[in-house]
Order: sequence, then C-alpha cells, then structure tokens
Amino acid sequence: MKHLLSIADLGADGIEEVMRVSDSFVEVSERAIPRVPALRGKTVVSLFYEESTRTRLSFEMAAKRLSADTMNFSVSTSSAKKGESLRDTCQTIEAMGVDAMVVRHSSAGVPWQVRSWVDCTVINAGDGWHEHPTQALLDCYTIRGSRGSLDGLRIAVVGDVKHSRVARSNVLAFTMLGAEVTIVAPPTLLPPSLDGWPVAVSHDLDNVLAKVDVVYLLRMQAERQSEALLPSLREYTARYGLTRKRVDLLPEDALIMHPGPINRGVEIAADVADLPRSLITRQVANGVAVRMAVLFLLLGSEPRA
Amino acid sequence: MVDITGERMADVLVAGGLVQAVGQSIDPPAGATVLDAAGCIVAPGLVDLHTHLRQPGREEAETVETGSRAAALGGYTAVVAMPNTEPALDSAAAVREVLELGMSVLCDVRVAGAITVGRLGKDLAPMGEMADLGVRLFTDDGDGVQDARLMRRAMEYASALGVTLAQHCEDKVLAAGGHMHEGEWSSRLGLPGQPAEAEELMVARDITLARLTGGRVHFLHLSTAGSVAMVRAAKAEGLAVTAEAAPHHFTLTDAAVASYETNFKVNPPLRTDADVAAVKAGLADGTIDAIATDHAPHAAEDKEVPFDQARPGMLGLETALALALTELDLPIAGVLALLSWNPARIAGIESAHGGPVAEGRPANLCVIDPAATWVVDAGALASRARNTPYAGRKLTGRVHHTLLRGEPVVIDGAATR
Amino acid sequence: MAERERAATPPYGGVFSARSQVMDAEDLRRAVTRIAHEIVERNHGLDGVVLIGLQTGGVPLARRLSEALSQIEGVAVPTGSIDVALFRDDIGIRPVIPEAVTDIPFDLTGLTVVLVDDVLFTGRTVRAALDALNAYGRPRAVQLAVMVDRGHRELPIRPDFVGKNLPTRHDEIVDVRDDGVDVGEKRPAGQETHRR
Repeated sequence: MKHLLSIADLGADGIEEVMRVSDSFVEVSERAIPRVPALRGKTVVSLFYEESTRTRLSFEMAAKRLSADTMNFSVSTSSAKKGESLRDTCQTIEAMGVDAMVVRHSSAGVPWQVRSWVDCTVINAGDGWHEHPTQALLDCYTIRGSRGSLDGLRIAVVGDVKHSRVARSNVLAFTMLGAEVTIVAPPTLLPPSLDGWPVAVSHDLDNVLAKVDVVYLLRMQAERQSEALLPSLREYTARYGLTRKRVDLLPEDALIMHPGPINRGVEIAADVADLPRSLITRQVANGVAVRMAVLFLLLGSEPRA
Repeated sequence: MVDITGERMADVLVAGGLVQAVGQSIDPPAGATVLDAAGCIVAPGLVDLHTHLRQPGREEAETVETGSRAAALGGYTAVVAMPNTEPALDSAAAVREVLELGMSVLCDVRVAGAITVGRLGKDLAPMGEMADLGVRLFTDDGDGVQDARLMRRAMEYASALGVTLAQHCEDKVLAAGGHMHEGEWSSRLGLPGQPAEAEELMVARDITLARLTGGRVHFLHLSTAGSVAMVRAAKAEGLAVTAEAAPHHFTLTDAAVASYETNFKVNPPLRTDADVAAVKAGLADGTIDAIATDHAPHAAEDKEVPFDQARPGMLGLETALALALTELDLPIAGVLALLSWNPARIAGIESAHGGPVAEGRPANLCVIDPAATWVVDAGALASRARNTPYAGRKLTGRVHHTLLRGEPVVIDGAATR
Repeated sequence: MAERERAATPPYGGVFSARSQVMDAEDLRRAVTRIAHEIVERNHGLDGVVLIGLQTGGVPLARRLSEALSQIEGVAVPTGSIDVALFRDDIGIRPVIPEAVTDIPFDLTGLTVVLVDDVLFTGRTVRAALDALNAYGRPRAVQLAVMVDRGHRELPIRPDFVGKNLPTRHDEIVDVRDDGVDVGEKRPAGQETHRR
C-alpha cells in the first residue's frame, strides 16, 4: 500500500496488521532511547492547513522516532497566505524531494486531490468532516489493548456525528473489526442520510449506556449552537453529555473514550474524563506508536519500485 | 436530413447565406464547395439556451470568441449568453457590448439579460431597454430571484414586453453552504450538501406565481425528480412554463463526487440515479422542452482547489449532442427537437435557427455523423478552460460540419477560423 | 531459516523445498550441548552472561541453550529476544515487517551478551542486531552463537560459537528446526516436496 487516505483502504486485515506492527513500536517507545533507524534518509512533511497540535506533534514524533527527517508546513507561516494554490504548494514541496506528505485540511477530500497531483506517499491526517484514519487506528488499538479484540463489542458513538471525521473513520473501522456500533445524537447532528452505514441510531443516551462496552464521545463545538442545530450547549449536555450520574448507568468494565481535545463540562463531565476507566490519555500515548506503524508500513516495508 | 418536418434524403444548396435548394441529386454550380455528408444527418444548427461566455470579466476562463468556437464544433449555430458576467448584463449598454463582440464569431450570440440590477435580487433591471435590443430571455442565473414579491413583479412586468423569465431555482437559505447534492453520498463524503428541496421549493413557488400572474417562466437546468413532476403537472394545467435540463443531469450522479474531482462540482449539483431517470423521462415525454448545456468554463486556478472552495460548473458545448445521442433512448428527431427547434422557439429566434431546412431559410445548419465514436480529450477542446467531467469518456455521435449563415465554420470536425 | 527470511527473498511467497538433511535431531542436541560448554569455558562461568535470541529463528535456539547452560552450571541465564527489522539496512529493498516484539527485560550495561541465531549468512541481520542492542545499554562484550554458518558473508562478522560449518550455494536455503537442519531451495507455491 502506498497511501493512507481512508480507513476503508486498509480493510479489516490491514487494520489488524497495523495493530500488530504497532505492538513493536510501543516497545520501541518504551526503550531508554526510543529511536530506530528504520526510515533513515526519508523525509516526511506535515502539510497542515488547519490548526492541530496533537495530531501534528504525534506524527512528527512518530517520524523522528523512526529517524526520518521531518518538515513542517503550516498555513500561518506559509505561502498559502500569499495566494499560492494548493496544487502549486504540493508540487513545490514535492520537488524538494519528500517521501511522504501528512495532510490535514478543513476541506473534505483534499488528500485525494493531493494524491492526484504528487507521486509521493500521502497520509490523511484529517480532511474536513470526512475521515481521520490514524485516529481510528489508534482508537482500535487502544480498545484492543484493553479488551483483546473488538469483535462483538458494543460501542456507542455519541455526539456530533454529522460534522465529525473521527466518527466517519471510527464507525467504518469498528464495524470492520466486528463491533456493533450505535450512534447517539440529536437528529440535527446526524448526517442527512445513513444509508449504507452499518449502525443503529438512538436519541436516548440513558437507554443505550447500560448495554455498551465502550462509550466514545465526540467533541461538541460551540458554533453548532449558532447554526441552529442545538438550542444550547446546556441542553446538549443535559441530554447527551456523559455526566457523573450517567457513568453509573454503564456496565462495571465499560470504557470511556474521546478523541480530544475535550470540552470538560460539555460532552463529558470534568471528573469523568479522569476516571480510571477513561482511556483518553492512553489514546494519545498510543497515537505515536500507531503512527510509527503507519509510516513504517507505507515507507519502510515495501520494496522500492 | 432531419428537421422539424421529418426525415428525408436530399442534397442542400447554400448560397448568399440562405438555403437555395433542397432536393435529390443537385448538381453543384461551378466553384462551389462540396461538403460530404454521406452517412450523416443534415439538420438545423443546434441552439443553446444556457451558455456562460464569461466575457466581460473572466476572460481567463472563456471569451465570446473561444466559446463560439466550442459551440460551432458542438454543432451549435446560436447560443444564449448568460448575464452573470462581471459586471452583470443588466443594462442595454452591457448587452450591446456582448452583442457586438458576438457579431463576427463562429456562432450567433444572443444575450439573456438580468432580471435584477447587478443580479442582486433587489431592484428590477431595465428589461424594456434590453428587450428593445432583442433580448427575449431574462434571468439572474447563478442565483434565483429569492424574493417572491420581486419575482411576481418581474413576471407581471415581463408579460407586457413579451419576454420570458428564466429561473435558476435554488432557495439560497435552504441550500446555503451545500457543495453537492445532500444525501447518501454527501453524508459519506463529509461534504455539506444542498437538498433537492432547495430547488423544488423555488420551482413550486414560481409555478404558483405563474398561475397568479399568467406570466411565462422557463425553468433552467431542472435536476430533481420532484421538479420534473411539478413542471409536468403545471404543463397539464395549461400554465405558460417551459423547462430545460443539462446533459450532466442525465448522464452523471452524485456518486462521481467520491473522487473529489472538482470538475464534478456543478450547480444544481449532480443528483441521484432516481433523479437522472426522472430527467430522462421528462425529456422523453416533453415535460422538459430542451437540453441546455449550462456550459460554465472555469480557469484551472478556480478548480485546482479544495472541493468546497471550487467554483461550480462544467464545460458542455462540445459534448452535449454526443451525450444526448449516447445516453438518451430517443429517435434522432427527438434529440434534435431538444437541441435545436425547441430551444430556438424558447429563445425567440425560430426565424433564423431551428426551423425547417427549406429554400429561402437562413443557412444555419449542422452535419452530424450519428454513428461516429470518439473519446473526449480535455486538452483538445476549443474552450479556454478544461473543466470537462467527461475526459476519457467514449461517446457516439460527432459533428462533421457546421454552417453559420451559409459559411462553413466547421469542416470535418475542425473549426475554419 | 526464519519464515521472514523466506518471505523476503524471491520468489516471494514461495515455499521451502528440502533436498537433503545435514543434521538430525541428535546432531542438533549434541551441538547445543557443545556450544553451551564453550560459552561457559570462554566466559569462565556464567557470571554476567545473558542470551538474546534473534527473532524469529534464534529464539527457540536461545531457549535450548539457556536450558543446557542451567543444567551445566546450575544457574538460570537471563534470556531475551530482539527483532531487528527496524534496524535492517535493506529496508526499501525487500519487504521488512516486524514479526515479533523485542523482549529484553534487563539493562545490558556491563553484561556479556551472547546473540543467538539459527543461520549466519550475509551478516546483515547480526549487524542490525548490534545496532539495536545500543538502545538497551552498553554491554561489556557481545558474542555470537549460530547453529549453522553457511558462508557468503557481506560484512566483517565472525561467529564465536558454531554448531556446523556448512558450505552452500548462494541461492540455497538452510532450514533449522527443532528436529534437524535441511538444505534445499525455494520453489513457487504449489511445488513443495516433503522430506521423508
């Protein structure tokens, strides 16, 4: 495989392989010197057209731990502000001799367009509302770490599915690995059509919580209120927030996850995020190892053509 | 030969810009140019109700001249230039400028005027002074007239001028921020969509206003099953409505957007299979009167951007006839009615275009090989822009020759100037 | 020979086809015992000696050596394993995928590390292992034990303990298993033949 654009590109077998290889990189990350020479001489560029601290740093650390050279292109410091077209920017960067571009953009589909313009490997680090495949991989890996497997697990994905690339990638990944997914959201925060989505839908979080192994909360953004999708964030929290009281509805061993950054007091209560059953910090830690696995599989494991 | 009167085998003699004779085995006069039409169909030139020539203001995408060359190569002898130029064609002066640019090009250029000043939807444009220059269609295309009261007044005012209002049906508030059809694909692709209802609301409103005012309305680029059904009912009721559909709305669906290729971005957006079927049915049963290209050239820099930042629109003039012949299950006379004499009537130019091929008529003709197959090569198109969604597609039916007022502007598939 | 090595040489996906057996189970047992004695002798006992098997073929051999050593000296020898995939110098030339997790649950600083592998061929795996060890501390010394040295070295690497020196052709394959050592070649899938 040369690119990672959609989690669907990997399929269940591909996800399993990434997770298996990630085990090796977790071990590497725990070494006194957490660095291997696997991608020595390769150059990885992060092309970030949207603010993102954790994903960009996570990819950068992953690349550095593999001994790749890293470069950073973010919009605030770049010629995009001078009106250079996306295509020109990509081709200019590629001309410097890069092996992979890690692309984040607020518009859906940009990584697909970039792939059609350049020859190097393209990795989707989040495109608009569309996909965020490495987030899905690290989430699967985190669940697998706690539960051994996703097969047969019941997972509730709660919140703003409509505007969430995390939800789109995770629903695909979870279901490919055999989990049963229920989406819980007010109708205004669901995609207009769920045709072809292998999920159940509920508008009643209390009813769903008692029957899940994992509750996955999505980030709620304040602007949804101004778009008339919600009367108020308070009403959202009252109906769909994971409050301390709602945690008691969960089965004993159910896990709590969130892609971050969290809005304490909105989709998740302040004290709930810090409960032992919350995997939020483990998700971040695993992010580096999983991205090392992705970079290695895309750049290191295939013979050069 | 195929025209509004039927099909027959004949030679056509053209001189002085007019058809001089139609008949069996005419001997060409000495010195005459003989265009071979063996195995081909001679037909009245095609008429496009919906062409964006981009001049003035966006000459990097198209000019009147390059657009007319594309039109001639596509078999068109007349196009109606849309008024959403920069500045908009909302006055006699602006209309006259485009008409003058169109005097010496490769097809007859007619102009649609704007309904409102600057196409801003606030004040009526001086339709009377534009009508005096021969403008027969008025539209704010690119946008619909959002204000129902203003649209009512425009219809009432237009009825005295004997002109037709053409509506781009889109409820802006409901469609806001939508970059493709809202549905299964937009949900999956994470792109904000615009629902079919954004178009249908305005179709419904304007049918209601046509009933109220008795005015004439032409619906531009119908794209949804609901719109087609409403227009069918309005026609059955006897209202003065006509409608067109664009080739992409009967040949492509929203599934094409999965590539995020911005050449598939268009407004109204590509719809579903069911909508495509409804548009085809509407074309077949006469609900939709005409195929209009909505030829919308865009420079590369406006398309090589993220999908939600790309301008909507696709080229159409050079592929419309072949798409209709390839994709529609209609007899050739049916296809030509949709591309030639019906749109000529709606544009009010039937005295010069789309009429029968007969002695004394203006020699605006095209010669079509309905069986020739070809592959669309974006680089070979005559338009200044390259935004065709059909690159690499194999089509059947090709224009061999086009005659404008007797002058062969296209011979053997090549423009003569 | 490790499954990975087999997968990584053309024809990819081919299967090993044994031609002749060069060591049987008894030979193998005697060689393990002899190497164990040599390790004890060379290091004057087992103080500060640890075994590290190279994934994947060296791991079972390291385990057998460890058992033999504890029988001889009556002490348990710390034993770990290392996957060198990420340290290889041929990444990008052939498919390399980490097969197993490295497991070295002790600091190597000041210890004598005996690297254990089944077959010594070009020496590139051992070179990668030497690099990889750096991340776990600074050993006092590193020694190398292999069951079969088949020649064709591409790097200046020499084993300290050898089960058997076996001249081979470059394209032959040596297969070390618990019950013996075979020489053969790789054939495309579907053309395998079986020994015995």
